[in-house]
Amino acid sequence: MDQFYGYGIYAISLLTVGGMYAILTLGLNLQWGFAGLFNAGIAGFFAVGAYVTAILTKPEAPEHLGGYGLPMAPAIAVAMLVAAAIAWAIGRICIRLRSDYLAIATIGIAEILRLILKNETWATNGPRGISSIPRAFEYLPDPWDKLAFMALVLVTVLVIYLALEKAWRSPWGRVMTAIRDSEDAARAAGKDVESFRLQAFVLGSALMALGGAYYGQYTKYFGPDSSDPASVTFLVWVMLIAGGSANNRGAVLGAFLLWTIWSGTQIVTGWLPREISLFGVAIPDVPVRAAYLRIFLIGLVLQVVLQRYSKGILPETRPAVLGRRITRGPEPGRQG
Amino acid sequence: MWEFVNFYLIPGLVLGCIYALGALGITLTFGILRFANFAHGEVMMLGTYLALTMVWLFGLHPLLAALPAMALTALLMLGLDRAFFRPFRSAPTIISVIASFGLMLMIRSAVQVIWGTQPRPILPGVQRPQAWLDGAILLAPKHVWILLATLAIMAAIHLLLTRTRIGKAMRAVADSPELARLTGIPVETVIRATWVVAAATAVAAGVMLAIDTQVETMMGFKMLLPMFAAAILGGIGRPFGAVAGGLVIGVAEELSAYPWLGTAPLLNPAYKSGIAFAIMVAMLVWRPSGLFRGRVL
Amino acid sequence: MSVLRLQDIDAGYGDSPILRGVSLHVDPGEVVVVIGPNGAGKSTALKAVFGLLNITAGKVLLEDREITNTPPERVVRQGVCYVPQTGNVFVSLTVQENLEMGAYVRRDDWRPRLKEIYEMFPDLAEKRNQPAGSLSGGQRQMVAMGKALMLDPRILLLDEPTAGLSPRYRGEIFQTVKRINAAGVPILMVEQNARQALAIADRAYVLVDGQNRHEGTGAQLLADPEVARMFLGAKG
Repeated sequence: MDQFYGYGIYAISLLTVGGMYAILTLGLNLQWGFAGLFNAGIAGFFAVGAYVTAILTKPEAPEHLGGYGLPMAPAIAVAMLVAAAIAWAIGRICIRLRSDYLAIATIGIAEILRLILKNETWATNGPRGISSIPRAFEYLPDPWDKLAFMALVLVTVLVIYLALEKAWRSPWGRVMTAIRDSEDAARAAGKDVESFRLQAFVLGSALMALGGAYYGQYTKYFGPDSSDPASVTFLVWVMLIAGGSANNRGAVLGAFLLWTIWSGTQIVTGWLPREISLFGVAIPDVPVRAAYLRIFLIGLVLQVVLQRYSKGILPETRPAVLGRRITRGPEPGRQG
Repeated sequence: MWEFVNFYLIPGLVLGCIYALGALGITLTFGILRFANFAHGEVMMLGTYLALTMVWLFGLHPLLAALPAMALTALLMLGLDRAFFRPFRSAPTIISVIASFGLMLMIRSAVQVIWGTQPRPILPGVQRPQAWLDGAILLAPKHVWILLATLAIMAAIHLLLTRTRIGKAMRAVADSPELARLTGIPVETVIRATWVVAAATAVAAGVMLAIDTQVETMMGFKMLLPMFAAAILGGIGRPFGAVAGGLVIGVAEELSAYPWLGTAPLLNPAYKSGIAFAIMVAMLVWRPSGLFRGRVL
Repeated sequence: MSVLRLQDIDAGYGDSPILRGVSLHVDPGEVVVVIGPNGAGKSTALKAVFGLLNITAGKVLLEDREITNTPPERVVRQGVCYVPQTGNVFVSLTVQENLEMGAYVRRDDWRPRLKEIYEMFPDLAEKRNQPAGSLSGGQRQMVAMGKALMLDPRILLLDEPTAGLSPRYRGEIFQTVKRINAAGVPILMVEQNARQALAIADRAYVLVDGQNRHEGTGAQLLADPEVARMFLGAKG
C-alpha cells in the first residue's frame, strides 16, 4: 500500500511539473511556432512569475519585500503583467530587427533579471531566495492538497491549450503564421507585422510567467539559481521542437514526455555511486558529473531532432492558408 | 588621478582587450555565416581548459600553452561545424542559432563532466603590480602581456584580412555570399577559415581572461553578452568595429564602478555586466548598424 | 562551333517554367543581345545558363561540353562569367580587391591580367584603392565587368548592364561592351534599352512569354516593323 502511495505521489508530481512545463512550452509555441520569434530568455520570464507571485502572496517577512497578502489569482495576474511589460519593452526594440537580435537580447534580459534578483537583497533576499511560498490548496489534507494543485495546473494547461487552438484557427492565427512564413507577403497584404509579432511575444512571455508562478508555489522556494538557463530555457526549447512546433498538442505532448524522461534520468543519477573506477582510473563525484551528462544528452537530443525530425512528433497541420495547404512547421528549408 | 588610471582605466583596457578578441570571432561568424553563434563563449571556455591541461601536463607558461590549445580548438571547431552547423547552411539562419544554443550547453556540460566545476587558476601565485613612470603607473606583468598579446593578434588579423587571398575572400563573403558564389569563391573554404580564426581568437581571449582571473566553466557564458554587445556596437561584420566595441565596453564596465559622484561607486559593481547589455540595447534602438556601419541582418 | 548554345530550354523556379523551348547560340567573337518585354524570361535565360535555376528540359552546351544544371561555382571554373544586374560588386572591398576576387579561381599569376584590365578601364586604375561601394553606378558596372574579365572568360554574360543608369553612362557602358568584345570576348547580353543594344549587336533574339519570337542581326531587328512597334517606340 505504501508503495502504491509512493508511486501515486510520484505520478502526481510528474503531472504537476509536466503541466507547468506544458504552460511554458505553449507560451514558447505562441512565440516560435506561431510567430517565428526566438526567445532565449524563458528562464527570466519564468523567474519573474515566481518571484512576483511569491512576494505578493507571502505574509510579511523581514528578509525581503512582502506582506501584501494578495490572493493567489490577482497576484499571478500581476506577475503575468510584469513579465508582459518586460517582454513589451524588449520586443519593441528588437522585433523589427532580425530574429538573432531578439535571441541575444532575451538571453541578456534573463541574465540582467538574475543579477537583479541576486543583488537587490532588500526585495528578493538575494542569493538565498524566497522560501515558504504559499501554495494553492495547501490547507487540504494530504494527498488532496497535491491532487488539487495538480488539477489546478492541468486545468490551466487545458484552458490555455483550448484558447491557443482557437487563436490558431482564427484570422489572427492565420495572419501570424502568414507573417512567419513570408514576412514580405504579409507586409504587402497590409498587415502590421511588428504589431502582430509583439502581441505573440508579449502573450507568450506572460504565459511563461504563469508557469513560473505555479512552479514557485509548487516547490515553495524560489531563488536566483532556480531558473538557470540549462534546466528551464533549454528544456522548454527541446520540449517544443521534439513535440512539434506550431502544434499545440505537440507542445503539450513534448512537455510531458521530456519531463518524464528528464525526471526519470534524475532518479537514475541518484542511484549512482559516489566514485567509480574506469579502466583503473578513479572517477570522483560521479553523481555530479552524471547530472551534467544529462544536460549534454538533452543537447544532443535537440541536435538530432533538429537535423532528423525537424517537424517533431506531431507536425504542424493547418487548413488552407493563402490558398494552399501548408503542413510545414518552422523547419529547415523554409525561408524565414 | 593616478588612482583612476591604475584601478579603473587600466583594468578597463585589459578587460576591453579580452572582450575585443572575443568579439572578433562573433562579428566574423555573424558577418560570414549570418547567424549569432551562442556557442562562441563555450568554445572559448573549452579552449581555455585545453590550455590549462597543457599547463598541467607539460608545465608550459599559459601564454605558450595557448598556442597548441588554439590549434586544437580550431580543429575541434571544424568538426563541430560539420556536425552541427553545416546541415543548416541553406536553412533559415535562426535554425543555426538554435543549434548553436544547443551546442552551447553541450560544450559546457561536456567540460563540466570532464574537468569538473571547480574554478582553477591557470597562473599560479599572485603577481605584484610593478611601478612604471616613477611609480605613477602600477601595472602587473600579466596585464602587460595581455595588452601586448592583444596588439599582436590584432595586427595579425589585420594582415590576414587585408593582405591574404583567403582574408580578402572572407571579407567578400561577408559582403555578399551570393556574389562570392557567382565569382567562384569557394564559400565552404571561407567558412572553415572563419571558424579557425574565430576559435583561435576566442581561445586567446579565454586564456587571457584566465590569466587575469581564473578558469571556470561559466566564463564563456559570462563573456557572451559583452562580446555580442561589442560586436553590435562596432557593427556586425566589422572586425575593427568589434575591437573598438570591446575596448569601449571593457572600459565602460570598469569606469562604472568609479566614485564619480561622492565616495560610493557610481554603479554597484555587481551590475557591471549590465553595462554591456545597456550599451547593446541603446545601439539597437539608436543605430543597429553599429558605430562602423556594419550590417543589420 | 558555337561558344555557347541553348537547345530547347525549359527552365524556371520550382514547377512553373518561365522559359519554354528557348534556343539561342553565341558564336566566337559575337555580341549577342536578348531583348523582350518585362517578364519575358530574358534574365532567366542567363540564370539558367549559370546554374542558378533549374533546367527541366533541353541542354546547354559550352563549346562541345554539356553544362546543363551545373552549379555556378563550377560554371565559373569552365570560363563562363556572369555579371548580375545588381549587387555585382563587393561594396566594402576596394576596386583592386574586387578585381583580385574575380581572379580567385585562377591558379596562375593574375597580375599581368590586372594590368590589362587597368589599361582597358583607366578610370578603375585611378580608383583602385577606393571601396567599390563609394563609386557611381556606371563605375560599379565597370568594376563588375572588369572583375569578370579577370578570368579571361570564354564568354561573358551581362544582365542588363545599363539598368538604372543615366543616358550618358548608358552610352559609355555600351562602348565598353564593344571594347571588351573587340578584345576577343564573346558576349551574351540581356538588355532593356533595345535600340542602343541592337546597334552594337552582331545578332539578337527577341523573347516573348518565355519563347523565341524573332531572331536576326542587330540591323535586321532594328528595321523590323513589329520589333520597332514593340520595343523601339519609346526612345531606347
